[in-house]
Amino acid sequence: MRIEVDHHAGLPGVFMRVGDKVKINARQLHYRELNNMIKNAALEGTEEIVVDNVYGQRYIGSGIRRPVRIILHGIPGNDLGAFMDGPHIVVDRNAQDGVGNTMNNGTIVVHGRAGDIVAMGMRGGKIFIRDSVGYRAAIHMKEYRKFRPVLVIGGETQDFLGEYMAGGLVIVLGLGGRGKRRFTARHIGTGMHGGLIFMRGEVEEHQLGKEAAVAPADEEDKEIIRPFVEEYAAYFDKDAERILEGDFLKLYAKSHRPFGGLYAY
Amino acid sequence: MLRGVNFRDDKDFSGCSIFGMMNVRGEKFNGEPVITAIANMKERSNGLGGGYAVYGIYPQYSELYCFHMMYDDQKAREETEEFLKGVFEMEGAEVIPTRSCEGVDDPPLLWRYFLQPRESVACEEEDIDDFVVRAVMHINVGIEGAFVFSSGKNMGVFKGVGFPEDIGRFYRLEEYEGYIWVAHGRFPTNTQGWWGGAHPFNILDWSVVHNGEISSYGINRRYLEMFGYICTLHTDTEVIAYAVDLLVRRHGLSIEDMARVLAAPLWTEIDRMPARERELHTALRQTYGSLLLNGPFSVIISNRSQMIGLTDRIRLRPLVAGRNGDFMYISSEEAPMHLVDDTLRDTWIPQGGVPIVAEMEETVEVPEAEEAKVLPLRHGDTA
Repeated sequence: MRIEVDHHAGLPGVFMRVGDKVKINARQLHYRELNNMIKNAALEGTEEIVVDNVYGQRYIGSGIRRPVRIILHGIPGNDLGAFMDGPHIVVDRNAQDGVGNTMNNGTIVVHGRAGDIVAMGMRGGKIFIRDSVGYRAAIHMKEYRKFRPVLVIGGETQDFLGEYMAGGLVIVLGLGGRGKRRFTARHIGTGMHGGLIFMRGEVEEHQLGKEAAVAPADEEDKEIIRPFVEEYAAYFDKDAERILEGDFLKLYAKSHRPFGGLYAY
Repeated sequence: MLRGVNFRDDKDFSGCSIFGMMNVRGEKFNGEPVITAIANMKERSNGLGGGYAVYGIYPQYSELYCFHMMYDDQKAREETEEFLKGVFEMEGAEVIPTRSCEGVDDPPLLWRYFLQPRESVACEEEDIDDFVVRAVMHINVGIEGAFVFSSGKNMGVFKGVGFPEDIGRFYRLEEYEGYIWVAHGRFPTNTQGWWGGAHPFNILDWSVVHNGEISSYGINRRYLEMFGYICTLHTDTEVIAYAVDLLVRRHGLSIEDMARVLAAPLWTEIDRMPARERELHTALRQTYGSLLLNGPFSVIISNRSQMIGLTDRIRLRPLVAGRNGDFMYISSEEAPMHLVDDTLRDTWIPQGGVPIVAEMEETVEVPEAEEAKVLPLRHGDTA
C-alpha cells in the first residue's frame, strides 16, 4: 500500500490580512518562521490571528506581551504559550507537553487534552484544559502578590500533579466518568509548599505526596473556585452549577518550607 | 567512520524522537509517512543519528536470517565473510542500496547477507536463534571494524549518522514496504554519535528505539554478559535489545512481565498490591533486579508480530499512542501521528511503566515472493 502524505494542503506560509484579523497557513512552516509571523502580526496591533494546519510547531505565543487572540487549528507543539504575557490562545484539538511553561499572563483554552508538565513554573494567567492532562501538571507553579496562576482541568490527571508546587490554584473537575470520580494519580502534591489544589472526587491518602495535606472543601472554598469553574463551563458548554454541586477535596501544603531542615543547618 | 565522529553541535538540549507505525492486519506500506513523521520532530534530534527498523521487507528470503553489516574497510568485510561462510550457507550477499544524500557523510561499507545456519553446525545446537546470537557477538567483539546491526528474518534495520529523514533518503526507504515501521531521531547526550550507536538496536527480530538514558547501563551490561550478550556499540540502549531477547525469547516471560522487570513499580506500590500480584512482582524484582532500567526512558520495542511502547515507571520521557482502523501509532509527540493520518481521533497517553502492546490481529501468512507485490489498489490509485 502506498501512503502519500499531503504536504501541500494550501500554499505553505500564506499570510492573509482581513481587516483586524490575520490568517496563516502553518503547513510546512518551521516554528521560527511561524512565530515570527505571529509576533509581527501581534506587534502591529492585530486583534485576532487564526492559524490553520498547526502540526507540532513549538513555542507558539511565546514572549508576546499584547492581548491578541490566537486561534490554532491543529496540534500545537511543546511549550505552547511559554513565557507569554497577555495573549488569549484557543486550541481546537489536543496540545502537547509544556503548555503555559513559565507563562506570566493571558489565557490558554484547549478543546481537548494536554500532555505532560502543563503549567510548569506558571506565574500568572489562566489555563483551561477541557479533558485530561499527563504527568506533572502544575509542577513548581508559583504566585507573587496579585499574580496568581490558575489551571482548570476538566477530566483527570496522571501522576505528580502539583509537584513542588509553590503557589497558584489548580482545579481538577473529574468530569467524563460515571458517578463519583476516583482519581488514580499517584504522588499528588509531592514536595508541595504553597498554593491550593481542588479535586472533584475521591483521592486516597496513599496517592498523596507526604508534603500535601487534604481536607473536604467547604462553601468558602467553593467561592474561591466558582469564577474559574464558571469560566471553564462557558468555554466548553458545561453546567457550572452542577459541577459545583459535587464534593471537592482541598489539597494544601503542610509546610511552606518542607525541605528547610534538609539543606539548612 | 565506525571509529566515531566528533560532536559538531554545542549544548542545545532536547530529547530523542521515537515513532512507530504498524498495520495490525500485516498489510504493508511504504516508508513515506514514517519519514514524514520523524522529520516533524526534527527539534528532538541534532543530526548525530537516525534510523529505522522495518518488518516484512524480504518476503522472498523470509526463512533466512538477514545480517546487515557495517564495515570500516574491505579487510573487515573479507574477514567477516570468511567467518560467515564457515557457519552459514550464504544464499545472498549484496551492497545495501544507498544514494548520496546531503547531511549523510562518510558512511561505512554497508552490506547485507541472507544466511541459513549450516546443517552440520545447526545440528549441534539446541537452539538456532542462540547460535545466531553467538555469531553476532563473535563478529562484533572479534572482528575489528565490523558490526552486525541487524540480524532478524524478513526485517531490517537501517541507521547511521545524520538526521533521520536524511538517513531514510540515504537508504532509499521509500522503495521498501513493511507492516511495522519504527523510526528514531537521535540526540546523543552521554556517548558519541557514530554509525553503530544510532538506533534502532537489534538482535534477531527484536528492535529497540529509545529516548532517555539508562543510568543502570553498567549493572545491566554485566548481568547480560553472564548470558553471552556482549555490549560493543557504546550506547546504553543496546542493553534493552539484549534484555528483551533474554527475558521474552529465552526465559519465556510475557510482554507484561517483561515490562514489570524493566520498569518495575516502586516497592511502596508493590506493598499495597493483592497477595498474588505482590508475590509475582517481588519474585520478578528478586530474580531480575539487575535488569531494572534505572533512569528516564521511553522506548518502542518491536518484533515480527508486536510493537510495544513503554516508559519508565514515573514517565520521565514522553510517549503517546493512537489507533485508527488497522493502524497503530506510538510516538514521542502527538502532532506527527495526525500529520500522517489526519482522520486519527483516538489517541491516549499511557501510564508510566505500563506497556502499550500493538499485536497482529490475525495470523499473517508470510507471502510468497511474487504475491507480496500484489496489493489491493486503493481508491485513487492508478494501475
